[in-house]
Amino acid sequence: MKYAYYPGCSQEGGEEHFGKSTEAVCHALGIELQEIHEWTCCGASSGHFLNEDLSLALPARNLAIAEKMGLDTICVCAACYLRLKASRREARHDPEVRRRLEAQLKMPYEGKHDVRHLLDVVVNDLGLDAVKAKVVKPLKGLKLVCYYGCYLMRPPEIVAFDNPENPTAMDRLIAALGADARDWSAKVDCCGGSLMLTQSDAVHDLVGGIVDRAREVEAEAIVTACPMCTMNLEAMQKGKDKLPIVYFTELLGVAMGLPDARKWFKKHLKSPAPVLAAHGL
Amino acid sequence: MQYESKSGTVTCDPGFAGRVKDESGVDFNRCYQCLTCTLGCPVARYMDHPPSEIVRMVQLGLKGQVLGCSTIWVCASCESCVTRCPNEINIPRLMDALHQMALREGVKPKVAVVPAFHAAFMDPVRRFGRQNEALMSAEHFLRSRDFSPKTLKVAAGLGIGMVTKGKIKLLPARTGKGKDQVKHLFKETLKGKKP
Repeated sequence: MKYAYYPGCSQEGGEEHFGKSTEAVCHALGIELQEIHEWTCCGASSGHFLNEDLSLALPARNLAIAEKMGLDTICVCAACYLRLKASRREARHDPEVRRRLEAQLKMPYEGKHDVRHLLDVVVNDLGLDAVKAKVVKPLKGLKLVCYYGCYLMRPPEIVAFDNPENPTAMDRLIAALGADARDWSAKVDCCGGSLMLTQSDAVHDLVGGIVDRAREVEAEAIVTACPMCTMNLEAMQKGKDKLPIVYFTELLGVAMGLPDARKWFKKHLKSPAPVLAAHGL
Repeated sequence: MQYESKSGTVTCDPGFAGRVKDESGVDFNRCYQCLTCTLGCPVARYMDHPPSEIVRMVQLGLKGQVLGCSTIWVCASCESCVTRCPNEINIPRLMDALHQMALREGVKPKVAVVPAFHAAFMDPVRRFGRQNEALMSAEHFLRSRDFSPKTLKVAAGLGIGMVTKGKIKLLPARTGKGKDQVKHLFKETLKGKKP
């Protein structure tokens, strides 16, 4: 399995532990990642906020390079995932958009190759049996909830690799690692996304609601697959006793016995290490 | 066009709905006010008009009220509304078209910190090809001049976390030719307009 890899800005910035754990886990699972040479920002939420054309062109530049590599692209940030997929969809559906993008990029671009989120590839292509075969330290007894947020599943005509209102891909993966993935009601709620600095009251409330729902089912940590969600859930929780947030890739790393897992945890505002240690992990 | 209502004189622009439809490509006339969008909207309670009302107001041509409301800035683009709308009305796309229209026409944004944030976000991207959190935050405060205690508290919490966890990068990433290509894309798509 070989893919073009689009890390995304967060994964080399504040959430570099998501990037590092992604690379380590893919290596261990036999998913070969070839980083897109000189990749650039997808524009995230601000691109489409400011200008539609810009929001299509910024992702298309990266996808045109991946097309030259002849590979489908893997990304791990849910916002990158939606922006890349939305741009590709426009290029494929509207020949005029495609012509305009090719003129702007000065590169051929057909949108031939797909964009995949790593969670989708691991669960649906690689398969849970292959994952189970690599587990050396089952996450036994660990009570978790899986948080999907918005852009892994919405809007479903562009992204969704699972049921948009009740996705289970991450839950099944976490259960395959031996953990107790609990059902809960906030798995596709919004964390407030890019409103963190501008509507902080709203984001505090939204994050508070999500954490409350997680505590209701006695979760010891929330599992995420997006750096924006993680940042908001970690930084915007109120109170002293904060619930740890952990990437699905980090849990894969722990369960597969990868030595670097301890280093990743040090980068969290609230480390998930003590919760894991309580279960002998 | 003006008419009287309970809340005073209302100005209506008969061409507004058509222009919004052309610009957004959203067929909002299919709306039958079932309120599904509003009921599922995570930020509806922070808006002066919930999304279902904005759709109705656009249909009625209430341009001044629509471009002057907080809703078009507070929308989190979470895509819940369009996912659940029985008429597949793309409200997030509608919101994008509306706030872009407001910015273009020089309407003073009711929640000015939001467009300031998005412009600040794009600044390091335009200059270096990738995001840089430290530069973006500095740019945000320069543009928004939002030094309210609650915003400073959030920023300080994030900043201290970034520093103590050794995550701050003062230098932007190197993207080689990517940087120049991104600059070119900004020039091509914005045609001289500053974000």
